[in-house]
Amino acid sequence: METVPLTHILFVSTALFCIGMYGLFTRRNLITMLMAIELILNSVNINFVAFNKYLYPYKLDGIFFVIFIITIAAAEAAVAIAIIINQYRTHQSIDVEDATELKF
Amino acid sequence: MNLSLLIIVPFLTAIAILFSKEAKTTRIISLLGAVVQLALALFLLTAYLQERSAGNTAPMLFEYNYVWFAPLHINYHVGVDGISIAMILLTAFVVLAGILVSWKIDKWNREYFFLLLFLSMGAYGFFISLDLFTLFFFLEVAVIPKFLLIGIWGSGKKEYSAMKLALMLMGGSALVFVGLAGIFFNTNTFDILQIAQLHIPVATQKFFFPFAFIGFGVFTALFPFHTWVPDGHSSAPTAASMFLAGISMKLGGYGCLRVATYLMPDAAHAYSGVIIALATIAIIYGAFATMMQKDLKYINAYSSVSHCGFVLLGIGMLTKTSINGAVLQMVSHGLMTALFFAAIGMIYGRTHTRMVAQLGGLLKVTPFISTVFVIAGLCSLGLPGLSGFVAEMTVFMGSWQNPDNLYRLATILACASIVVTAVYILRATGKTIMGPINQTYLRLNDATWNEKLAAGVLITGIVIIGIAPFLINGLIAGGTETIMKQIGKTIISK
Amino acid sequence: MSNYSYIALIPLLPLASFILLGLWGRKYFKTSAGIIGTASLLASTLLSLYAAYSYFFVDGKINGAYGKVEVLKYTWLQFSPGLSIDMGFLLDPISIMMIVVVSFVSLMVHLFSIGYMKGEERFATYYSFLGLFTFSMLGLVLSTNIFQIYIFWELVGVSSYLLIGFYYDRPSAVAAAKKAFIVTRFADFGFLIGILILGFYGGTLDFGTLLQRLTSIQSSEFISITRASFLGVSMLTWGLLLVFMGGAGKSALFPLHIWLPDAMEGPTPVSALIHAATMVVAGVYLVARLFPLFAMDDAALQVVAYAGILSALLAAIIACTQTDIKRVLAYSTMSQIGFMMFALGVSGYGESKGLGYTASMFHLFTHAFFKSLLFLCAGSIIHLVHSNDMKNMGGLRKLMPVTHFGFLIACLAISGIPPFAGFFSKEGILMATYESNKFIFFIALFTSALTAFYMFRLYFSIFWNKEASTEKTHHGEGSLSMKVPLIILTACSILAGFVPFSKLITTDGIPLEEHMNLLFSIAPVGLALLAILLAANLYKKANTRPQKLSQSLGTLYIAAKRKFYIDEVYLFITQKVVFNLIGRPAAWIDRNIIDGSVNLLATVTGKTSQGIKGLQSGSVQNYALYFFSGIAALAVIFIYLWK
Repeated sequence: METVPLTHILFVSTALFCIGMYGLFTRRNLITMLMAIELILNSVNINFVAFNKYLYPYKLDGIFFVIFIITIAAAEAAVAIAIIINQYRTHQSIDVEDATELKF
Repeated sequence: MNLSLLIIVPFLTAIAILFSKEAKTTRIISLLGAVVQLALALFLLTAYLQERSAGNTAPMLFEYNYVWFAPLHINYHVGVDGISIAMILLTAFVVLAGILVSWKIDKWNREYFFLLLFLSMGAYGFFISLDLFTLFFFLEVAVIPKFLLIGIWGSGKKEYSAMKLALMLMGGSALVFVGLAGIFFNTNTFDILQIAQLHIPVATQKFFFPFAFIGFGVFTALFPFHTWVPDGHSSAPTAASMFLAGISMKLGGYGCLRVATYLMPDAAHAYSGVIIALATIAIIYGAFATMMQKDLKYINAYSSVSHCGFVLLGIGMLTKTSINGAVLQMVSHGLMTALFFAAIGMIYGRTHTRMVAQLGGLLKVTPFISTVFVIAGLCSLGLPGLSGFVAEMTVFMGSWQNPDNLYRLATILACASIVVTAVYILRATGKTIMGPINQTYLRLNDATWNEKLAAGVLITGIVIIGIAPFLINGLIAGGTETIMKQIGKTIISK
Repeated sequence: MSNYSYIALIPLLPLASFILLGLWGRKYFKTSAGIIGTASLLASTLLSLYAAYSYFFVDGKINGAYGKVEVLKYTWLQFSPGLSIDMGFLLDPISIMMIVVVSFVSLMVHLFSIGYMKGEERFATYYSFLGLFTFSMLGLVLSTNIFQIYIFWELVGVSSYLLIGFYYDRPSAVAAAKKAFIVTRFADFGFLIGILILGFYGGTLDFGTLLQRLTSIQSSEFISITRASFLGVSMLTWGLLLVFMGGAGKSALFPLHIWLPDAMEGPTPVSALIHAATMVVAGVYLVARLFPLFAMDDAALQVVAYAGILSALLAAIIACTQTDIKRVLAYSTMSQIGFMMFALGVSGYGESKGLGYTASMFHLFTHAFFKSLLFLCAGSIIHLVHSNDMKNMGGLRKLMPVTHFGFLIACLAISGIPPFAGFFSKEGILMATYESNKFIFFIALFTSALTAFYMFRLYFSIFWNKEASTEKTHHGEGSLSMKVPLIILTACSILAGFVPFSKLITTDGIPLEEHMNLLFSIAPVGLALLAILLAANLYKKANTRPQKLSQSLGTLYIAAKRKFYIDEVYLFITQKVVFNLIGRPAAWIDRNIIDGSVNLLATVTGKTSQGIKGLQSGSVQNYALYFFSGIAALAVIFIYLWK
């Protein structure tokens, strides 16, 4: 069976990672930034699945990690959204630039 | 006798002060505490002499050892020898005088006395510790209150001075800690007596000695780390100045001797030239710098730099007599400089100035204070019959026994400082105490009872040492013996 | 052998007076202080006389020589085995002679001061200081140990400081006191080093042992101290010279004499006691005490001799030009001490070679009486005239007959006119000098004539010259307590010369046969008489001759009047060199460089944190950026750069 080479998959995940990074650094809206973080996490998930498949096809370690990450991402989203809601309540905005009290 | 009482008494007094409601009770409680301290110190002295005359030749007496933190071999281990007892007596005298002098403090007086007593607790703990960690612990206990005392009750640019003093002393402590850690990791114990039995490799000693010595040296105004002394002293309130110069600077000298020299004798030999050079510079240079000062407190602070140089010179020369002299000088300088600061404080409290040029002829209106000032000055310039002479002469005599020609030169230079000391002391005395009186000061009152008592306590100490040095010399010589044995080992091993 | 324990009381009684009057004098003894002080001194004097009597005449000689007795010795401070300060009392001929002189002169001064200082606000303090001084001076002469002598040496210095600065509200008195203390302190610095050297090589600080060890040529100590040298001079010479430096400072020898004339700012009786009869001869006493050791070292003796003659000559020249009577007396003191010093310098050790030593001690003895008499007379005069300047005096002989008589006798004595005290001692000195060093002898002869000249210049200017103005008469000559000491001292100045000194005090304790040579005396006495005639011619009646003389001498006169500019030189060295070149830079370096570097450290720390605090922007995205770049950098390091 003709398989997709590993590099292709890695290429996709790297692209996803960079898109996520770009989004994280450029976006000012906290929700979008959260989405960008999810993209980064998912690029890592793809890596895990791909390496698991190509290097250790008879093991499930990579898959486990993916499940962990998905779970944590869910928890993290909950926490993050809670923070965002709280920020909206105090600052009347979810723009990250408005929350710069924590400096020198 | 239980040495821990020396820590417990000031601690309990300090706690009791926190519960007192009125300024008056605070004063009385602290005075009582200080009197009990002095009584304890005197009792300790007699108990010690009794033990010794009964033939107890252990290097340390009244030892008590309690495991504090077993995994790191940290013990609460205390014990005293002649040197510690001399320092404890000094502390007790200065604390009593300091508390008497601060009788009229009315700004936050509870906190003030609390800090003074807390500081004295640290000093006692330091002097009785036989465990390096405990020793370091009490060193830190003695540093922190000074920051607050200067920062809150000080005068002039007090925040700057408090910060400078605390940072430099903390820096010193950090160096000390490196030295202590070095010793610990090579011997796996913090116990001073055990370490003395083990032989730390010479290379290790040479590496860690400077840390410990300079660290303690910062406390005792080792050149060029002395600059906290003038600023710190001049901004501090009177009692804090007295504690600082009378007790705090002695922590350093004692540490240099007990920790650096005693535990790392080979390195002490190796570095003795450097120590002597720095000490000689401090003596001469401090004296000349004093000559140019215009503020009485600066004069005394710089003269402390010069006088503490004698302590380091004595330690650096490594002969029995010179180390004896160094300890004598610590005691003598502690009493003398405390007296000097007390007198300056009394003058400042009345005239509101410490500038020599603005004062004059005070002998006419305040004969008691002026006499105290003159006595302190005469002690500082080494008048026989007062303690300064005994101490300085012992240092000179001991230093001369070191036959190296360059060391002799250092001794001669150090001796020359007695001339410069005379110059600055007589200048200060001539301009403040003597001379025509400034008309604005014609209505000053002489010393009150508490001030008289404070001065009396210190003068008693100074005169006793000055007239009967054999009393204290024998006491100290016992302690020096132990240290000399340790130093003697190295000479043989070379 | 008698029991000499009572010797301790001789210094301790004045000490008791010091403590009593110092602590409670102002309150309880405001008026009775004088009586208390005088009584304690009277007891001391009687005890000293008794001690002298029992030492010389009851115990007498042992094996033909006067020995040394040490009493009540105990270890005061042990430095190391062998080296310790032992306090004790040493009795030998010179210390016995000194305690008699010191306590006696002190008694006279105490007595005189009752009248002189009457009504002074700090009357009790004055007496307590006098007590302290007397205690220290007696302790000094009785010392058994070279360090003990140093201790009392310093105490003497400080009591001199307190007494010179007694009128503390006068800036000039304060300055003079300070100067006296600092100059002698500088000399003591040398003394201290000398003690360290002698103590180290001798292995002891005790006089007896030290002299014994260092004067026997075979002893290991002597060999080591003469072998060791520094700058080509043996350690023995160094040690002795440095000890002599201390003596020179206290005894106001050139060039350390500058404090003595200024010290006259103190009350006049104090000058009589300290700066004429007792403290200033401490240096002579010190050299005499260590004389056996000095005799071992020719170089050191030469220095002593030349320092002595130089001071004698210089001071005599300056004395001729001064107009302040106390200053004239001060320079005359300096000159006479020069005599004593060079007499020691030309002396040798043992038998007739020690003639100079005996003469020097003799001169010390006689000088104490006539010089304190001169000063006390000056005190009386100042008490009457209220001025120190001899221009304001003249014709006082009728107003104060007792003082006049005393002053005349003292002047005759100091000029060496027979049969007054000074004649005998001065002849002794000149004869000893003649036998060993002709050069010094001729200078000494000249100086001795000069002495007669300036003393009679003083005498004629005060008591003759112009007529006294009548307004001063109401004062009179002072109370009985002021006259009695003058009379007693006058008697002593007449009689002291007849003490058979060479039978009592010699270098080795063995009495010498006296050999007065009358022919020898013709030259010095003749010269002195000529000088007196010259002084009478110039100063007995007010005239312009002195002025003409001084003008014709020109620069020499001005230089002498300005004391050869020595003060200016010192002032230059201390003010310009020490203060400006050492003190000021030291203070500046401390504030700016050393403290500056501490502050710089703090500033740099502050600035750095100021600079990097911008990183802490508070913007989450920035933090994320740093975080990822950090990760990326670490990744690069670990993957590509790590080994």
